[in-house]
This record gives sequence, C-alpha cells and structure tokens, in this order.
Amino acid sequence: MPFQVLSSPHDHPARPVNRLMLQVLLALIPAIAIITWFFGFGLLINLTLASATALLAEAAVLRLRRRPVRPALFDLSALVSAWLLAIAVPTILPWWMVVLGSLFAIVVVKQLYGGLGYNPFNPAMAGYLLLLISYPMEMTQRLSPSIPREHMPDLLQSLQISFLRVIPPGTTWDALTGATPLDELRTKLAMGLRVDQIHSGSFWGHLTGQPWEWVSLALFISGLWLIYRRVISWHIPLAFLGSLSALAFLFFLLDPQRYPVGFFHLVSGGTMLGAFFIATDPVTASTTPLGRLIYAAAIGVIVFAIRSWGGYPDAVAFAVVLMNMAVPMIDHYTQPRVTGHKRRLGP
Amino acid sequence: MSLPRDLSPSGRRLWRFHGGVHPPEEKALSTAAPIAPALIPDRLVLPLQQHIGAPAQPLVAVGERVLKGQLIAQADGAVSANLHAPTSGQISAIGEHPVAHPSGLNAPCILLEPDGEERRAELPEPLADFAQRDPGEVLARIRWAGIVGLGGAAFPSAIKLAPGPDLPIHSLIINAAECEPYISCDDMLMRRDAAKLVQGIHILRHVLGVTGECLIGIEDNKPEAITALQQALAAHAPAHTELVVIPTLYPSGGEKQLIQVLTGQELASKGIPAQIGMVCHNVGTAVAVADAVLRGIPLISRIVTLTGRGLAQAGNQEVLIGTLAADLIAQRGGYRPGVTRLIQGGPMMGQALHSDQVPLTKGANCLLAPAPAELDASAPAGPCIRCSQCADACPVQLLPQQLYWHTRAKDMDKVQDYNLFDCIECGCCAYVCPSHIPLVQYYRFAKNSIWTQAEEKRKAEHARQRHEARQQRLERVERERKEKIRQKNEALRRKDKPGSDQGKPDAAGNPSGNEAETDPKKAAIAAALARAKAKKAALAEQGVQPKNTAELTPAQQRQVEAAEKRRAQAASQQESE
Ligand code: SF4
Ligand code: SF4
Repeated sequence: MPFQVLSSPHDHPARPVNRLMLQVLLALIPAIAIITWFFGFGLLINLTLASATALLAEAAVLRLRRRPVRPALFDLSALVSAWLLAIAVPTILPWWMVVLGSLFAIVVVKQLYGGLGYNPFNPAMAGYLLLLISYPMEMTQRLSPSIPREHMPDLLQSLQISFLRVIPPGTTWDALTGATPLDELRTKLAMGLRVDQIHSGSFWGHLTGQPWEWVSLALFISGLWLIYRRVISWHIPLAFLGSLSALAFLFFLLDPQRYPVGFFHLVSGGTMLGAFFIATDPVTASTTPLGRLIYAAAIGVIVFAIRSWGGYPDAVAFAVVLMNMAVPMIDHYTQPRVTGHKRRLGP
Repeated sequence: MSLPRDLSPSGRRLWRFHGGVHPPEEKALSTAAPIAPALIPDRLVLPLQQHIGAPAQPLVAVGERVLKGQLIAQADGAVSANLHAPTSGQISAIGEHPVAHPSGLNAPCILLEPDGEERRAELPEPLADFAQRDPGEVLARIRWAGIVGLGGAAFPSAIKLAPGPDLPIHSLIINAAECEPYISCDDMLMRRDAAKLVQGIHILRHVLGVTGECLIGIEDNKPEAITALQQALAAHAPAHTELVVIPTLYPSGGEKQLIQVLTGQELASKGIPAQIGMVCHNVGTAVAVADAVLRGIPLISRIVTLTGRGLAQAGNQEVLIGTLAADLIAQRGGYRPGVTRLIQGGPMMGQALHSDQVPLTKGANCLLAPAPAELDASAPAGPCIRCSQCADACPVQLLPQQLYWHTRAKDMDKVQDYNLFDCIECGCCAYVCPSHIPLVQYYRFAKNSIWTQAEEKRKAEHARQRHEARQQRLERVERERKEKIRQKNEALRRKDKPGSDQGKPDAAGNPSGNEAETDPKKAAIAAALARAKAKKAALAEQGVQPKNTAELTPAQQRQVEAAEKRRAQAASQQESE
C-alpha cells in the first residue's frame, strides 16, 4: 500500500504560534484588570476598538494580497499588537485615534512589509509613535488615578469620552486628567525643583498602592510567567531592566538631586510592558543570544537617555523602534560559533 | 561552548553539546517482549548496495542454489561491502527492485527464494585466538563478513578500522546511546548479548591497536541494558573499558555529539574522529564483529525494532537481511486500521517509505508505523516568526532560520556562508519550530542543489578543458604543418643558392641562422602562453568551485550521485510549497 511521504522529523509537538500568542494575551489580563480598576473603562473600549480594527484590517489586506486569511487571523499576532497598542495609549483617547493607530500598525507596519515575520518594526510601537508624533496633546493626556472614585467615569461616560469627547457633567478635562510620574518629574525638574522635593509630593509611592506601581508589578509577574513558560527568553528583560537600572543608579549616585533612584524607572511609564512584552517581540528583536543582550541593553540605555535628557517623558516606543533598525547589524555580528569551527566575526 | 554538564553516575565528568531536544521516548512500546527469532519469508530482496559506497558485484547467476552464509556478491573496491545469502534457496532474479530510498527509485538487487531448509555454507574457521593473530588478518575477516555500521549510517566497518598509520587511534568509543525515540533494537541487543558486545570490544581494540580507554556511551533511559552491560563488564573485566551513563538528550547518539559528551572534544567541521585518535562504533556493529571473528558468521541478519501504535504487534525481531517490510509486518499481525505512514528509522531522522514493498537492509534499525493521531507531522507551515527556538535547539549551533531564509531566496552562497554543510539533519530545529516549518526539507533541497550545481560546473569545466586541449592540438598540428612547408621551401631555396652565406649547415648538420635563433624564442613564448593559460584555468576552477563542495568527504562525494536523483523530487516539492 502506498504511504504518505513527509520529510523528517516525523513529529512536531503541538506548540504552534497561536498558542504562544495566546499565552501573551493571557499574561496581559492581570494588568488590564488593574488598569481598568484604577483608570476606568476606557481601556476596555480601546481594547475592543484596536482589536476589531486590527482583525478587520488584517483580513482585508490578506484578501487583497490573495493570501489565506484564516490561518493569519488565528495566529493571534494581530490581536497581540492591538492589545499592546491599546494598553500603551491613554484610556481617554478619542476612538478614531485608537483605530488609526491600530490600522497603521497592521496595514502599514505589518502587512505592507509582508505580514507576520517580515515586519522590521514592532507594529504596536510604530502605531504608538505615529499617534504620539501626530497628536502629542491627546497622547499625553491621561486620566488621573487620583480623582475620587465617585467621579471616575463609568462605562457609559467612558464611551461618551471616547466617541463624543463629552466628559461627565460637573467635572472638567483638567480635573479628570493628570500627569504621570515621569511627566511630573520632568516638569518639576524643569521648574528648578530637586528630586527630593518632588519626591515629597503626594505622587510618589514605593509600592504603597500607587496605581502605576500595581500595573508594573502585574506586568512583571506576568512576564516572569512568560519566561517560565518559555514563551520569551530571559535575555531581553534582564538586559533591558539591568541596563536601565544600572544607569539610573549610577546617575543617582552622581547627582541625587537631578536623578531619581533606579527603582523609580522600573515602575514608571512603559518599562515593564516594554521589557517583557514589547522588546521581546520575536519578529523584530535580535535573534542571537548575545545579540538579544546587546539589543535589550541598548534599549535600556536609550530609554534612560530620553527620559533624562530628551524631549519626551517616556521613551520605550522610541527606543524599541530605534533598536529594531539596528537588529540586522546586531544579528550579523553576534552569530554563535558553529560547532567544529573557529570563532569569527560575522558570516 | 562545552561547559561541564555534570557527572555520570560513575563519577566521570561529562560535557554537553549545544541545544538538543527531549522528544517523548516511547521505547516501552517495543521492549515488553524479548527479541523474536528471525522468520524466513517467501522471498528475500538483497540490494547490491546496502552501504555507503560502491554496489557489490554479484557472484551468482539466476537459477543458482545458494547456501546460508554463502558469499553472493563481492565488495567492489575499498568502500563497499560483501553480501551473503541470509538463508539457503534459489536465486530467482537479479535486477531492479524498489528499495528504501527517498525518491522511491529502484536499485539492482539479488532476489532469493528461500527453500526453508537453512542449509549452511561452510563457514570460515573461528578466530578464537584473535588476540594472538595479526590485526590485519582479523580485519580481513571483518571485511569478509560484510559488516557495515548498524546504527543506521551503514558505513563499511572495515574502513573505519583501518584509519592508516598517520592516524594513530588511542580511544575506542562504543555508541550505545540510541537517542532516537521509539527505537530499542540496541537496548534489546545489549540486554541479550552484553557478553558478545564485550567480546566485540576486545576484538575492535585489538584490530585498532587501541591502548587507551574504551568508553561505552549509553543514555540513562535504558536501565536494564546498563545492568546487563555492567555484569558482562564485571565478568570479563576488560582493561580501560568504562560504561558511561549519559543524560537522555537527543541527539546524543550522533557520533560527534557523543564524543563531545564523553570527552569534551569538539570535532572540527568535516573532521572524523580518527583525526583526534578516536574511532566510534555502534553496539550492533561490535556484536556483528564478534560473530564474524569468533564464530565465522557473516552479517546476514540484524535486529529491527517494529513499533508504533499502527502495528498490531510492536517489538524487536531478528530479521534476515532482505526481508520485505510488508512481509515482516504481515508475519507479525499486520497494521492496525488507519495507518497512513511507514517510517524506516525513528521519528526524528527516519525516512518515510513510499511503500512497504522494500527490503530491510543492513542499516535498517526500525520500522515505525504511527497510528493516525500518534505523531503529528502534517500541520501546515506558518510564517517564520524569528523566535530563534530553532537556533536554541540546534546541536551544531547553526542559525536554522537564516539557512531557511536564504534557501527560500535560493541564495546558495549565503546558505553555505551559514555553514549548511555542518547540518547533520537531526531535525531538532524543525521539531521545536512553532510555525511547523519543515526546515530540514529545505536544507536537503539546498544541499542537493549545491551538489548538482557543483557537478554541472565540474562537467562544464571538463568540457571546456577538453575543448581547449583540442584547440591547442589543432593549432599545433597547423603550426607543424606550416613549419614543414617552410623548411621544405627553405631547403629548396638553399639548393637554388648554394653560395649564400646564410643557411650554412653547422657541424651537427642543423640549419643555422635566423630560423635556428627564433625557434627557441618561439618555444619559450609558447611555453609562457601555456603557463598563463594553465594558471587562468586553475583560477577559474577555484572561482567556480562552490566553497564547501571543494572538500567533500568521500562519503559526501558518493552521496552526490544519489542526491542528484533525489533532486528532481525535492525540486518539485519545493515548487508545490
Ligand atoms: S523556530 Fe521556526 S519560527 Fe522560530 S525562528 Fe526558527 S524557523 Fe522561525
Ligand atoms: S537539522 Fe541541521 S540546522 Fe536543524 S537542528 Fe539539526 S543540525 Fe541544526
């Protein structure tokens, strides 16, 4: 009887891409829950908008490119990009900006380069940067976690903010929004205040229940879980967080009046999201073990530099996309020595 | 990097190779019952080439009656192996028959119809006193017995046992790792024939003149075999022989990987163990050597693992070389319903068979028929997400995704820059790839196209040289013809003007003058031209030779031809991607 002839190996353990992606999505859920708790329903609206846009856009482009649509949608990579974008942007962003960012991420950054695996830039971060550069005002306007809970917009009010730009009666935009710790630090340093003076303000907590810190903690634990599950490797988070804290600590020692301690950097802004969920995107990160360390350490350096001396309060997106550009070169010069060969530089 | 990994249970330091994978073992499927004795089928199909190298030359004619153990085909040259009749019977045909080959091609075979009488040929005398004999004499016996590597590679063993005076051998490595999941023939052999194995080791040491240690590398998932071997070793107490239990990690049974785990030594790319003073043999080979030397029995049967949940009766069986897979499986109760695949070898490196009407050869260690849901190999391939899991798993530290990338782009130079020819096709990369990309298939395709290209270039170069030689010959003939005419004319002219001061013959009677002066000059110019031409040709040759193929090992060289045949098929597979 004739048999089916396939190339060896004749077994693949079921570890398909969509499983990996699914685990990333699951790992994001605790952080999503915490953000929703502290910052209202805006995030859920953003998630829905970004996801729907991403899936529709992916399907439409694949149809146009005459590629099979179903496998691409089911690999869940579009959803991961959408979720990361939605988590990164402010929860009170106008709906169309979320849609625009997601559309740009999927259509331009991902599909125009050839779809999953071919895109040189992280789609979520490229979408984020497009919005940040085009709409700096809206992109830095975040709901303040310190507004009293009874004034926190409910689902209906969140929808009104997102779609109609209507805020709940009896409040103002200024009352609703507030600075992030990084914004706060930047403005006050510019006003000539010292770090210890800023530090004494109401804003800072060190795991004293400050919302930012809870979110960071959730992302950190989820990230460890992803490493444990071997969805991501430890190289990138370690090198990113390591270089960022080391630099922060060094400058803190040099001038504690101008530079906050390293820990502040770890729990602020997009650090944890970047370290475990964004810089680790396999498609756009370096692929060699040494390369990953270099790539991620450089991201940490850029993040610190932009936060400390640059024009933007946070810099994870810039740092990641900048280093995405350097990946081909890093990969080229960090190839492992092939067994039985002498070491050499590059191929 | 070969960092010390840990210690073997006996306290010996072990090293580790990069990567590797842990597929589910499934050896218990076939180890429940002891090795079943060989059955005599209705026909035997004996390919003349059951080994790497040149096919053997048949010594029998159709219709001839042969005896069990009779030499029926003779090794043709150094890299070849004798073939003996596995049982008595009549030669019914000599001709093409399907064999286990990726392309499903036919190959020349001797067909033998057993008579069931098992009448034995006269066997050569046992060399029980091998230790007193000349190693060359023992080696000749091994060569006579047609022994090839039974671990699957089927390299004629006698060649490995005679590495030559410039490669002194100090260590013998016995490969008992058997790292492929499912396969248990070596395990069962060691349980049954541990004593024979120890005898075989003695013989191999003697033939090689090994004075140093002998290491038997075995994975820790074979406790019964380990116990049996320990007992046999204790009973026979061979000097410097150590059983080294190593952790179970595929592909520890790869020759280079095993040497690395046991000794920490890394073989150079394209290197062979003999270059670092080692020779590595599989346990089955060592037992076959003992049989040949101590009992005069040629290699006419081997143990084959029959396994997979698609078979009615899994187990290990002694199998006469040449038994058709179909006959063997039928004799053991056949297939379970729904079987669609039959693999010769293990799930990692085995070869899918087109049909079961192919004979089991000396190198066949396993027949694996998975039940429909047992081994998943057909999941559709997705895009590469550059996750590098393949690189993390590669025991050779290649970058499989780069190889894949450049193979897809048909950039064969780049593929070679990334050391394609160091790939051992172990399948670790494809095994871990979350996108289920059949990576190894791409590497085979790339290797084949490079070999074919090299072959074509070689042929083209050959044709060019022939053409140039012809051109030069024609020119020379033309030159000589003109020269003759000129000399004739000259002579005529001289006759006409005898008083001329020119052309006065010298003492030797040679014509002197201009001609005599220009002739050496001409010759010198011609010689210089020829030199330049030769240099240019040599350069051109260097330029057109693909890098790796310039230094192919003899084994690879021989695979070129086989590869060429496969290429058409591989190409069509590639097209249908
Ligand atoms: S394992 Fe597969 S998907 Fe991952 S980098 Fe390798 S080839 Fe690409
Ligand atoms: S098949 Fe080749 S590339 Fe893949 S893991 Fe094995 S040696 Fe490395």
